[in-house]
Amino acid sequence: MSLSRRTFLGATAASFAAGRVFAASKAKIRIGLLLPYSGTYAALGNNITDAMKLVAGKLGNKLGGREIEWVAVDDESDPAKAPANVNKLISGEKVDILTGPVHSGVAMAMMQIVRQEKTLTIVTNAGAQAVTGQLCAPNVFRTSFSNWQTSYPCAEVMLKDGRKKAVLMFWNYSFGQESMAAFKEGYSKGGGTIVKEIAVPFPQTEFQANLSEIASLKPDAVFVFFAGAGAAKFVKDYADAGLRDKIPLYGSGFLTEGVLGAQGAAAEGIKTTLHYADSLDNGPNKKFRAAFKEATGREADVYAVAGHDTVHVLAQALDKVQGDTSAQKELIAALESVRLDSPRGPFRFSKAHNPIQNIYLRQVKGGKETVIGIAQKEAEDPAFGCAMVK
Amino acid sequence: MSFSLFALQVLNGVEQGLLLFLVASGLTLVFGVLGVLNFAHGSFYMLGAYLAYWIAARTGSLLAAVLIGVPVMALLGLVVERLAIARLYKRDHLSQVLLTYGLVLLFNELQRALFGNDVHGVDTPTVLAFRIPLGSAQEWPAYRVFTAVACILVAAAMRQVILRTRFGMRVRAGASNAEMVEALGIDVRKLFSVLFSAGTALAALAGMLAAPLTTVYPGMGEGVLVLSFVVVVIGGIGSIKGAFLGALLVGLSDTFGKVLLPGFSSAMVYAVMAAVLLLRPRGLAG
Repeated sequence: MSLSRRTFLGATAASFAAGRVFAASKAKIRIGLLLPYSGTYAALGNNITDAMKLVAGKLGNKLGGREIEWVAVDDESDPAKAPANVNKLISGEKVDILTGPVHSGVAMAMMQIVRQEKTLTIVTNAGAQAVTGQLCAPNVFRTSFSNWQTSYPCAEVMLKDGRKKAVLMFWNYSFGQESMAAFKEGYSKGGGTIVKEIAVPFPQTEFQANLSEIASLKPDAVFVFFAGAGAAKFVKDYADAGLRDKIPLYGSGFLTEGVLGAQGAAAEGIKTTLHYADSLDNGPNKKFRAAFKEATGREADVYAVAGHDTVHVLAQALDKVQGDTSAQKELIAALESVRLDSPRGPFRFSKAHNPIQNIYLRQVKGGKETVIGIAQKEAEDPAFGCAMVK
Repeated sequence: MSFSLFALQVLNGVEQGLLLFLVASGLTLVFGVLGVLNFAHGSFYMLGAYLAYWIAARTGSLLAAVLIGVPVMALLGLVVERLAIARLYKRDHLSQVLLTYGLVLLFNELQRALFGNDVHGVDTPTVLAFRIPLGSAQEWPAYRVFTAVACILVAAAMRQVILRTRFGMRVRAGASNAEMVEALGIDVRKLFSVLFSAGTALAALAGMLAAPLTTVYPGMGEGVLVLSFVVVVIGGIGSIKGAFLGALLVGLSDTFGKVLLPGFSSAMVYAVMAAVLLLRPRGLAG
């Protein structure tokens, strides 16, 4: 975009006029994006980024009256490089607000630094419990989900379906482990018994031996955590082993999210719980999905929605403090009072700064993810170990 | 473990091993005869799978994908051998690792540019889309039986070629003493080209057969490569028979490791490799 001299003069005059009010904050607002743009999670990073820029564009590229300047760093989903990348954004680029990442390992490294530097941070995907649990901090908010939220509600769903004996199967890393812990908490509380836990080393995808084991155990249901390529393969293998029609499969929504096409008919009937579904029937969702499709040519997904909400949350809060990021106390208070009509439904922050949101029960029908109900209304993460919750 | 479950797990292990054999046999031949440590071998498997997905999505037939894809990959093998691998015969293993690892990165980028980073499913051919009941609870997809049989047929064909043909004789001679073969006036360059191309085609064929079973995803070649190296080491470098035994052993130990020692399962294969190396340092058939 080229700037003519006249518009430049106009803009300068306008900023002079406004200058008296916003003496401290007329500079551009620098927003850091710590997201994966290469590797397995590149598509997720791109969807979050594109959604953020799309929403920002609709808001005139301004937050609290200040023009947005994006500073993006490819975190490569590599926790080992995370401290250097976070420091680059905070100390080098001097961002006002830091957003990201996708990978929980990167998020943990980021938490260590932003807790000390007090940089205002919005976690846009990573679901690690500690972000709004043991490591929770006043300057850290999350607009995505906690692992607990995606799995705990599924326990009740299964028990309601009369499935009281379950086998658990999961990728043995923090995301899988936290999902399972949350599920077990709900399942045992409701009187369910876990027959066997099968931990599969990440990112292994050879399941045949374990499927034979499940077939011989004959549980009422199987609850799993897999995502991406692993989820695609597991669901296909499960159907191929003839188990789909005998022992129903349940999981957190990541089991089918983004891989439904690859799974094909094998995914039919699977019930999952998640804070979003493509087919959610509400105004903001339809509007956002159409706009995202038009802008990028791709379908929006749960990751894009987190990007969408991040910018809206920031816009609401920064408007309240007239874009003054140096008044951090007021800004945090403004963020805490944000109420959003998100594509995922009503959205607000808990005391630990994790979203309080509906968890939907979804089922794959005719190759499409359909919402068949709300598994838990306004689900709030228990925020174990968070000092901000009394 | 009940007997029926035990039998089922043996079947699972053998089936997994057979597919691995297709990949590992090419690797062991290239290493044994050409003396080249080929890291890009897993990439050929990955490219085969992506080609299967791409062609099957357009023609609706996995058979067409195999008929078109295997010659394409054999040709690619020939080109790669001429342009890159041929320069490595007189170099040490470090140079070979550097160049072939470079090829891995190149092929991964190629895959990203041509097919994107999404996970794709490949439909099983409709004639094989039924299931065979096994025991009381589980069923086995017919396609798995088909791949197992196909692998056994390929293995038998390879055995015939290697034991009964002139080409096979040269390959065997090359595996035991390449310099001597050259000294006897046989055109080893040509032998090497054909062999490398055949190895590439085998890896690609394995990828194509595996595509409906494993789904197609970025980085699928690397995992197979590591296991194939284990097979080559267990079986003895350059030995097809060794690769066959090694692949079955890896398949079985991986399967039983998962069921009996779940916490230890990913190390199981390597523990078996270490045990074999202690007892038979040159591999099972070395």
